[in-house]
Amino acid sequence: MRTFSFGKLSLGTALLPIYSALALVFLLVPIVYTFVFSFNDSVKSNIVWVGFTLDNWTNVCNAQGVCGAFFTSMLVGVVATVIATVLGTLMAIALARYRFRARSAISLLLFLPMATPEVVLGAGLAAQFLSAGVPKGLLTIIIAHALFCLSFVVVTVKARVASLDPALEEAGRDLYGSPLQVFWKITFPLLLPGITAAALLSFALSFDDFIITRFNNGGVETFPIFVYTAAARGVPAEANVIASAVFILALVIVVVSQLTSAARRKRLAKQA
Amino acid sequence: MAFAAFGSAPAGTSGVEQAPRRRSRVALILLAPGLAYLALFFLTPLVSLVLTSFQAPVEFGDVGQYQPAFKIENYAVVVEAYWPHFLRAFGYALAATFFALIISYPLAYFIGVKARRWPLLQALMLTLVIAPFFISFLLRTLAWKSLMSDDTPLVIALKALSILPPDGHLTGTAFSVIFGLTYNFIPFMTLPIYTTLERLDTRYLEAGSDLYAGPATTFWRVTLPLSLPGIVSGTLLTFIPAAGDYINASASFLGSAQTSMVGNAIEANFLGLLNYPAASALSVILMGLILIIVGVYVKRSGTEDLL
Amino acid sequence: MAGGAFAEAGADLELIGISKRFPGFTAIEELDLRIPAGSFFALLGPSGCGKTTTLRLVAGLEEPTTGRILIGGKDVTNVKSFKRPVNTVFQSYALFPHMTVLENVAFGLRRRNIADPVGKAHEALRLVELDHLAARRPLQLSGGQQQRVALARAIVNRPALLLLDEPLGALDLKLRRQMQLELKSIQNEVGLTFLHVTHDQEEAMTMADTVAVMNRGQIEQMGAPEELYELPKTSFVANFLGQSNLFTGPVTSSTGSSIVVDVAGVKVEVPKDRAQRHAGEVTVGVRPEKLMLHTSAPKQSAGSNSLGPGRVTDVSFSGVSTQYQIAIPGIGLVTVFAQNMVFGPVVNLGSAAWVSWSVEHGFGLLDEPERAPRFAADTDTATIAMQTRHELLAEIEEA
Repeated sequence: MRTFSFGKLSLGTALLPIYSALALVFLLVPIVYTFVFSFNDSVKSNIVWVGFTLDNWTNVCNAQGVCGAFFTSMLVGVVATVIATVLGTLMAIALARYRFRARSAISLLLFLPMATPEVVLGAGLAAQFLSAGVPKGLLTIIIAHALFCLSFVVVTVKARVASLDPALEEAGRDLYGSPLQVFWKITFPLLLPGITAAALLSFALSFDDFIITRFNNGGVETFPIFVYTAAARGVPAEANVIASAVFILALVIVVVSQLTSAARRKRLAKQA
Repeated sequence: MAFAAFGSAPAGTSGVEQAPRRRSRVALILLAPGLAYLALFFLTPLVSLVLTSFQAPVEFGDVGQYQPAFKIENYAVVVEAYWPHFLRAFGYALAATFFALIISYPLAYFIGVKARRWPLLQALMLTLVIAPFFISFLLRTLAWKSLMSDDTPLVIALKALSILPPDGHLTGTAFSVIFGLTYNFIPFMTLPIYTTLERLDTRYLEAGSDLYAGPATTFWRVTLPLSLPGIVSGTLLTFIPAAGDYINASASFLGSAQTSMVGNAIEANFLGLLNYPAASALSVILMGLILIIVGVYVKRSGTEDLL
Repeated sequence: MAGGAFAEAGADLELIGISKRFPGFTAIEELDLRIPAGSFFALLGPSGCGKTTTLRLVAGLEEPTTGRILIGGKDVTNVKSFKRPVNTVFQSYALFPHMTVLENVAFGLRRRNIADPVGKAHEALRLVELDHLAARRPLQLSGGQQQRVALARAIVNRPALLLLDEPLGALDLKLRRQMQLELKSIQNEVGLTFLHVTHDQEEAMTMADTVAVMNRGQIEQMGAPEELYELPKTSFVANFLGQSNLFTGPVTSSTGSSIVVDVAGVKVEVPKDRAQRHAGEVTVGVRPEKLMLHTSAPKQSAGSNSLGPGRVTDVSFSGVSTQYQIAIPGIGLVTVFAQNMVFGPVVNLGSAAWVSWSVEHGFGLLDEPERAPRFAADTDTATIAMQTRHELLAEIEEA
């Protein structure tokens, strides 16, 4: 009886983990491919495996334009993230903490950019810059990136504000804090994890954006634009190196932050 | 991490509304900069998109020179020329959304419900789900292109098994485009579903079992309806960008001239042919269709509060 | 789809040698239990004592490591929970938030393809007086209303056995009293077997015919509420079910009907039929409300025990009665509940006091006396010194 039910159980319960593992493997295939081919000793196009080399990693900037594109992407990402995070955080606080008539209209306005296909956002901005006579370049890229990051920041931070107990701010005021002091000493530190998450998300979105950038870049090359332009004639292995390095760095950040928060939880659990 | 951005209403809880507390003047001050930004760089561009879509070429002007007009025929022209692109865009996006859901739901269920007992496994699997975000979208797609190109073991094997005809290709087909779209949007599907399932109270499942519902019935009657908000936001986050995508369908990635989607048409008209009115008209139609589809879908699934 | 017939009346529940081990700890150890059909049975114990695990085993939500579970004589150990003729009122109610109240109540009926699920659901809602809210969602109801919906959702299925997992825990005191009475009358009405798990001793005693006190995965004592209260067999039961004054000492003599225990030099007499052990070191006790408080030494008389003098260290007035704490040298703190027959406390804080009780109210426990003094922090140094001296003397005598 017992072995029978155990046997039945193992077949049914094994199916889901196996399916999940396969799905994850599927997700990782192109990542592994990109990483492996960053070591390819290719001359021009990095499609056929030639041999193993570390040269691509030691001399990343050898490929024409790859490092410039990378630094442009970093710059755009940082500036757009700062703009989107500041504006978005303020909006999130207003939307989560106050009741006013236009509230649902504003929520809809914030949802719309997320529901708009990137190609429409990109074309719209490009049409606007065209009719206003603004030359496309670094500035227009940054404006575009901050725009599509804004909605994501608001959604992320709003969730955090909504989960915040308003009694904490009331306690702050009760203990003689002025509104500004209450914000800086209580609200802001408590929102910081949400704001950080929002900023990381916006940087990631900006760094990887291609479609909107493509419509507004003028001659400026970000990393995705570089890859796109190179795709026609073969992407150099150095691009794989940069992508892999960014990937590893991001993974390390995520793993470290998860491990530290797990350790903190454990420590708190022990104290309790 | 940043999963909250893909979040949705938790299963089985109600949002407790906070009472109005302070003057809305403070709210206005907080909102003003963001609203100004949205007005200037989101609403105005949409308006100029509409205006551009009616423009007419400047007589005897250069390519790309247009003047304000009310040339409504632009719409008839682009629909005439590009209706297959619309069909393909929505067809491919629908297929990709379906396959992404089929792949993501069990995965999200496993991470959000079954893996609760092992927080480290849960964290590891979630990290793997978002891992594709950390590597360039274009390079991932190119990797699939290389893996599916004509002389790879995969294609040779498929030909040997007669699944693919001897002169067939994997890349440049509807299959490869849908494949690419599915692959690229799986994390957008998995994360919101995971968020609702992770908060699913397993006591509801026990209650179902206690009330004579077997595992399948409990799933169908309890788990699935409770995870509906996640499914709705996941399908939207997949369908909308997939319908507007043009990377996967472009010839230098997984597509070919035969798989062109609306996005490709907009890009070609705007950046290649400098036919701004046509590109704008296509954009306006695409946006309008998506808004209608999203509106109907959200209404039908009864999850308006997601907005 | 659900196997087995569903009894209109309740069925017996039998647990035979049940153990449940989780990685790292044992929740239940070799548990044997028999609950007769139609009874209202309460499993009472502190959190972590294994009572909820027992309930989940019966419901089929957990599998026992060893042992068998029989419902109405049928072995259901390997029957999945959705096929057992058992329903549960969950602690959190677990009402499906996406369904109306009516859909929730009809859920089980529909799964078993019972005719007229809607009519039967309305009938069950009428029983709990909530039929007018049938179209609402559970989250629109108050806690007490949700609790009644959960009850209707379970009893509408006419299970042979109804399991109640602390269903009243979330309610306030007044509502809880009202629900206790309602539950009891519904049980009388439908005649099902109820298994109620709770940590609230008052709830268990007012509602159940039989109470089993659980501690550390085992049943310490089982019986009718009055029996458990009158004659606790272990110090755990004596203190979990109400309060007790416990004294430890060797049995010095034994008459035909009672034993005499030497408690720090004072002779305490306990009836033999109320004492579990009649020789050696024993713990005897008496309930605080059985004690009489005296301001002068009471006359020694047959059929009565007395202790004192001590000093009143605490007086707290609670309306119906007043609770006194009296520190008696060599014995420790003694608690007295005195009915407020006259106005104001009879004895003032700090004054000298004696206590007495009639021999027939005492009881003797089965436990081995505990080595460490009880409530060490509450006892004064003199008491501790006295106890240590006694322990030493006992050791010398043994040697």
